[in-house]
Amino acid sequence: MQLETALMDPIFALVPWVVFLPAIGLVLNLLVGKRLGEKGIGALASLASGGAFVVAVLLALGLTRSPEGATVPLVDWIRVGDLSVRWAFRVDTLSVLMMLVVSGVGTLIHIYSIGYMHSDVRHNGDPLRFRRFFVYLNLFIAMMMILVSADNFLMLFVGWEGVGLCSYLLIGFWFEKGKDGIGNAQAAKKAFVVNRIGDFGLLLALFFLFWNFKSFDFAVIFAQAPQVAAAAPWVVLAITLFMLLGVTGKSAQIPLYVWLPDAMAGPTPVSALIHAATMVTAGVYLVARSQALFVLVPAAQSAVTWVGAATAIFAATIAVGQYDIKKVLAYSTISQLGFMVAAVGMGATVAGMFHLTTHAFFKALLFLSAGSVILGMEHGAEHAHDSHHLDPQDMRNMGGLRKRMPVTFWVYLIGSLALAGIAPLAGFFSKDEILAYASQQQPGVFIVLLIAAFFTAFYMGRQVLMVFFDKPRSEAAGHAGESPAVVTVPLIVLALLSIGGGALNLPGSLWLEHWLEHSLAEVHAGEFLLPVAAGSLAVALAGILIAWLVYGRKPLADAKTPDLLAHPLGPIYRGMESKWKVDELYHAVIVRPYQALSGFLAGPVDQGVIDGLVNGIASLFSMLAQLVRKLQTGYVRTYALAVLVGVVAVLAYLATAGLR
Amino acid sequence: MNLGNPLILVTFLPLVGFLIILFLKPEQKNAIRAVALATSLVVFGAALWLLAQFQPQTAGLQLVVKQAWLTVGGMPVQFFMGVDGISILMVLLTALLTPIAILSTWSAVQERVKGFMLFFLLLEVGMMGVFLAQDLVLFYIFWEFTLVPMYFLIGVWGGERRIYAAVKFFLFTMAGSILMLLAIIFLAGQAHTFAMDELINSRELFAGAQMLLFLAFGIAFAIKVPMFPLHTWLPDAHVEAPTAGSVILAGVLLKMGTYGFLRFNLPLFPEATRQLAPWIGGLAVVGILYGAMVSYLQKDVKKLVAYSSVSHLGFVMLGIAALNPQGISGTILQMVNHGLSTGALFLFVGMLYERRHTREMEAFGGIWKVMPVLSALALIITLSSMGLPGLNGFVGEFTILTGAFGSAALGSPWFAGLATLGVILAAVYLLHMFEKVFLGPVKHAENQGLKDLNLREIAILVPLLVLIVWIGLYPQPFFNLINPAVENLVALVALP
Repeated sequence: MQLETALMDPIFALVPWVVFLPAIGLVLNLLVGKRLGEKGIGALASLASGGAFVVAVLLALGLTRSPEGATVPLVDWIRVGDLSVRWAFRVDTLSVLMMLVVSGVGTLIHIYSIGYMHSDVRHNGDPLRFRRFFVYLNLFIAMMMILVSADNFLMLFVGWEGVGLCSYLLIGFWFEKGKDGIGNAQAAKKAFVVNRIGDFGLLLALFFLFWNFKSFDFAVIFAQAPQVAAAAPWVVLAITLFMLLGVTGKSAQIPLYVWLPDAMAGPTPVSALIHAATMVTAGVYLVARSQALFVLVPAAQSAVTWVGAATAIFAATIAVGQYDIKKVLAYSTISQLGFMVAAVGMGATVAGMFHLTTHAFFKALLFLSAGSVILGMEHGAEHAHDSHHLDPQDMRNMGGLRKRMPVTFWVYLIGSLALAGIAPLAGFFSKDEILAYASQQQPGVFIVLLIAAFFTAFYMGRQVLMVFFDKPRSEAAGHAGESPAVVTVPLIVLALLSIGGGALNLPGSLWLEHWLEHSLAEVHAGEFLLPVAAGSLAVALAGILIAWLVYGRKPLADAKTPDLLAHPLGPIYRGMESKWKVDELYHAVIVRPYQALSGFLAGPVDQGVIDGLVNGIASLFSMLAQLVRKLQTGYVRTYALAVLVGVVAVLAYLATAGLR
Repeated sequence: MNLGNPLILVTFLPLVGFLIILFLKPEQKNAIRAVALATSLVVFGAALWLLAQFQPQTAGLQLVVKQAWLTVGGMPVQFFMGVDGISILMVLLTALLTPIAILSTWSAVQERVKGFMLFFLLLEVGMMGVFLAQDLVLFYIFWEFTLVPMYFLIGVWGGERRIYAAVKFFLFTMAGSILMLLAIIFLAGQAHTFAMDELINSRELFAGAQMLLFLAFGIAFAIKVPMFPLHTWLPDAHVEAPTAGSVILAGVLLKMGTYGFLRFNLPLFPEATRQLAPWIGGLAVVGILYGAMVSYLQKDVKKLVAYSSVSHLGFVMLGIAALNPQGISGTILQMVNHGLSTGALFLFVGMLYERRHTREMEAFGGIWKVMPVLSALALIITLSSMGLPGLNGFVGEFTILTGAFGSAALGSPWFAGLATLGVILAAVYLLHMFEKVFLGPVKHAENQGLKDLNLREIAILVPLLVLIVWIGLYPQPFFNLINPAVENLVALVALP
């Protein structure tokens, strides 16, 4: 430890500040935010997040000098027997990449939120909640930084559950709104509980790690992993599979993805930051970080890969059948996370991290632009006559927004094309790298992902056509207005990143790969396969073309018309529209039986059998006591006296018993 | 006897306040309250002084008071007190929670204030004595002594069914105590001493009967914990008890049970401990899951918190059954954690009850809108109770589960594995509670004008919140107090 510290590049000592700065920001806002006003609150929170970004940039500069990175210990945390855990930070190319993405995208979203929340708190009728939003947002950045900068699995777990808490708080930000006034609160609870199921898995992985490695430190575990795997392969299999359960929770994969669509109840900047760009990628990061464990157990690797691939295609089909502009993006996020999980599962870690980064750009862009659309629709609804009960997120009510909101339209189009994988935008390169790897290693996965890519292009084409093209299908859409600059400027920045983000790992330069090779045990050289690239581009173009054939040529007549695919596809479309009834299935198979069991235990078992036995014994005695019933006067003081006498009697008994 | 010994001070200083209050008129409510609070604060100061003199690296008893007292049947009963890493945090917890509980009664208790405070100070004497006594007779006297004031606190200042609850509490505990008393008499007959140090040294003398002895002590303690299925007195007692009574009951009295296992069962009957460890672990796991499931659909929020204690104390018992340093150190820290978090939860229930005179969750909803400060603080406590990392509950639970997972005494990772399911179930019932009470729209007009916390109420909660965060982020100072004594204890129970 001393050695590490002594040889360390001094700039790395800054790393705790990626956590401290946002923490200071939230504390300051709690203490004095009330006096600062909205601008001050927003500026303070953005500065705190921006400061963390600056620190991350400095660390990255340090890494260009000394790419091996460092461990920066802060203080002992838990030390009991041979259990010893520190608060210690890891600076390496992988953790700093995550820090840059989190604080970079995070800061842009902080700035955007100043404008968005200004109108959102007024729209929802509680302007005083503005400060609370930025406190939560700073807390999230701090927790996410703990997650990605941890040097051991236990500290990672602190961030892991910490971001889950922020997600809970922000989904339930308008906790008195939603279906029946409680819908948002229930969505928040669902997110936390489902994530806890995943966390249960991660905890078990931690216990296995401790008893087999006697440490939680990354360096110790990864160094000893081969020996442990040689001695007891099932141990490493158990560790990685339990981790996978954690990944399916946090990164919304089958079977635990169900919380993410409901999480769209949170304000739109939250959907962009937490539920698209950063938090949900924590599972991908975990697998990438633990690559040294996963490569030892091919069975776990294929489990991860197939979970990812199945999620990619399954969620993409659901996205086709949604009308809510954010729900489409939510299922798209699940699907794209599936691509990343499949990639890191196959061992294509660089490709997975590449897609994680570009996806953070274009999906944050799409969500924030969707937020801009919603603001525009709400704005329009205020100027329309009969649109008070209109859902501003329902795409059937939109149409023609291209002319009313030109900036939003163009950035949305860029984000969509990047997501669909159209060259030369960012998503094309990162997705192509995953597909290229799959085509060589796992043809089955390749085909599944290619079909998912087709769906992606199709549902994004559908969305853009429904929202921006043709004529407005509601008065609100007709009166929609463009958002202010504080909203559109971050959009333009993200749009530029979505266009140029592919440069991170262009075939030929492979900058990201060389960057990450210092942190990863194995790096597979990314290859550019022309047939795969051409094929995936053709598939994407085909998806967009078919979307145009269905929705572009003959647009929806009005908001009431059923989807144009509803009739031709019949039950298949209804399945996609109803999300394949997975929520209903879980409700019937897990939630309802658990409630019944809980009620049964609380009633018949606890109050009936167990307490009944106790009271039965008691009444047996009281029957015997009928003889001395006169003593039961019902006055507490009489009982009191009796008890005191009793205690004295016991003591007397004790004394005499000893006196034998 | 050295009256300046901090152990004597923390145990008997409350009697000074007791005597002063005795001479006050019942109408002088504020003076009575002030004396009680001041006394408990002085005791807290004495406890800090005790901590200052405590040497963490020493495993054995410290600050010992040992004095001939009585002779019973030719055997000396000694006034024998001492503190070590197993008891010191319990003493501090008692000293902290007592003034907090007294301060919480300021507006809640208006009737018979004098009697209330008298009993409360007596209760503190009893609790301190239980954690410090090192002679079985002395221990037994203090153990029984706590029963009487708590009985009255429930039976006089309790809710509608207070008599039923108080009698049930009393009889349950008494039934166990009688078994323990018989065991004590038997032990002394074999070893000719009541002193713990001598008993441990001569434990071979009663090794033949240790299974029965373990059970006799163990059942008395298990009722107090309470372990499944001996828990049904607890929800009744909590629902009827006044807030301050619930805080002390959950915060300290339950810990007397788990403490009893650590102090007496483990070192006196090591063979039986090892044999019964899987059974205790099994019942603990059942308690964790059962308590969590029964909590979930309760309608009375106080009852929900009461059943959550059954679940939480299950973790504590599991740590004991693990019989390794992680399990037992985690257990002792978790005893503190549960006292802080559950104590605070009962305080919140009391604060809501004072304003609305009901504890039915249906009567609330949307409270965050009208009482943002109370709600935000209640959320932190709820999360602490759920074991969120970064707060205290996680450190204790995680250490316990880690210990249990690889415990040789339990012999299987299944105990910890199943217990970890409790982490999911805790989120289910606690978030359900939080949603019902604090989230959603304000459904009832009566809740519209509720006043948020006043300064006194914030002052009550702040020390608990500070400790909750401190233990969550930097528990090492606490573990440093615990660890040496635990290593010692583990060695005492281990195979020879």
